[in-house]
Amino acid sequence: MNTTNKILSVKHLSKIYNTLEGETNCLSDISFEVNEGDFITIIGPSGCGKSTILNIIAGLENKYQGNVNFTSNCEIGYMLQEHSLFDWLTVEENALLGLKIKKQLTKENINYVISLLKKYNLYEFKNSYPKNLSGGMKQRLALIRTLAFKPRILLLDEPFSALDYQSRLSVSDDVYKIIKNENKTAIMVSHDIAESISMSNKIIVLSKRPATIKNIHNINLSINKGPIENRKAKEFSTYYDQLWKEIDKND
Amino acid sequence: MTKEQKKFLKKQKIYKRLILITQVSLFIFLILIWQILSDKNIINSFITSSPRNIIKTLITLYKENNLFFHIYTTLKETLISFTLTTIISLIISILLYHYNFLSKVVEPYLIILGSMPKVALGPIIIIWIGANIKGIITMAILISIIVSIQSIYNGFIQTDKLKIKLLQTFKASKKKILLNVVIPSNKETIINTLKINISMCLIGVIMGEFLTSKAGIGYLILYGSQIFNLNLVMTGIFILLILSVILYYLLILFTKEKH
Repeated sequence: MNTTNKILSVKHLSKIYNTLEGETNCLSDISFEVNEGDFITIIGPSGCGKSTILNIIAGLENKYQGNVNFTSNCEIGYMLQEHSLFDWLTVEENALLGLKIKKQLTKENINYVISLLKKYNLYEFKNSYPKNLSGGMKQRLALIRTLAFKPRILLLDEPFSALDYQSRLSVSDDVYKIIKNENKTAIMVSHDIAESISMSNKIIVLSKRPATIKNIHNINLSINKGPIENRKAKEFSTYYDQLWKEIDKND
Repeated sequence: MTKEQKKFLKKQKIYKRLILITQVSLFIFLILIWQILSDKNIINSFITSSPRNIIKTLITLYKENNLFFHIYTTLKETLISFTLTTIISLIISILLYHYNFLSKVVEPYLIILGSMPKVALGPIIIIWIGANIKGIITMAILISIIVSIQSIYNGFIQTDKLKIKLLQTFKASKKKILLNVVIPSNKETIINTLKINISMCLIGVIMGEFLTSKAGIGYLILYGSQIFNLNLVMTGIFILLILSVILYYLLILFTKEKH
């Protein structure tokens, strides 16, 4: 995990929205780098423009100033706020949706998705519909759908925000382990300090609008067993206090 | 199953059956009252007709080979206008969804057309299209199509934004978004619109037949009232009642989920 292989650099990113009420400065001079294997969390007050950064990286927003450079040609997977499964499609069809849309339904890709479904205990439900799955299974399925076309970078936009606290813990543990297992690089947006510390090796703290980078923390926990266990690390509360103070001032 | 659960289920079953029994007996009771009151000459059966007279009229119509001819005419007109309304309103809704500018331009026109009583256009339709089946079908389409477009289009624009965004992350074209998210997630809305369309089309067809026709149940009712044969009028209404219920349930049967 300590590779220093840089795969993405964001330089002097700014974004201005034009509305009838006037110009809104959304992002202002955001710069950071992402190395292979990183789990980076972007944290900041709600509405500060965290998701906009992900949208720009994903190529969903084209109007911005600054540069987003990938060091190699890499596929990006985007996991949205809610699992957004299609209830009229079966589990398997949902998992294959991205491939179908991208016209990449090759035998190899299908087999890969099936292997993921098997590995993460969803294969026996492949012909059922999402409504029959538990919250955690839905989230795993959404992640498999994202992993289907083998992205190197995963973008996670508050992926657990729709869940209650208990499920949030167990699902984040699930998702974290899958991401690490599949050797993916991840950039997550969150407003939960504990979640951020427990999952990431780097936390970018944003200010309120227009969002600037307040600080970038490198997180080094003595325990590395996934989000639930990581919370027991002795450094956890120190990081928590630091971040709490930083974010609190902004509100 | 526990004793309590069994008891609960039994109670629910009895309750449901009670509702059905009451509904049926209420119907029989009203029909009987109607018949008895007209038998005893308390109400004038010349004006109110009676269940027995309706059955007699039905039999006469059947013997004269007229019953199914009129039903067929109305049914044909209704189904043609229903099919056309459904296809046209789906196409227009897709166009409006696809071209935001177009939908903004058309919006006030739809509202005006929607709030205007379309029956008023009857005479114009007859002059422009003709006093024939085409005129009747046009009438029915006019009556149903605006509401149909509005509800389907509203369903389209209320599609879950996250699902659309998800497809955008897959670099899906607008067409693919439409086919893979917008239309399938509005299946329920479209089916509900079809249910409204079928009854609106039947209303439109009867309106049309009132205005101009030589056949159909609307014609039967109008003709009956002109010669002051209230038995014929009531029989027409009775047939219409049965027809609309059958059409509605057929639609539910066709659109029912497979799984």
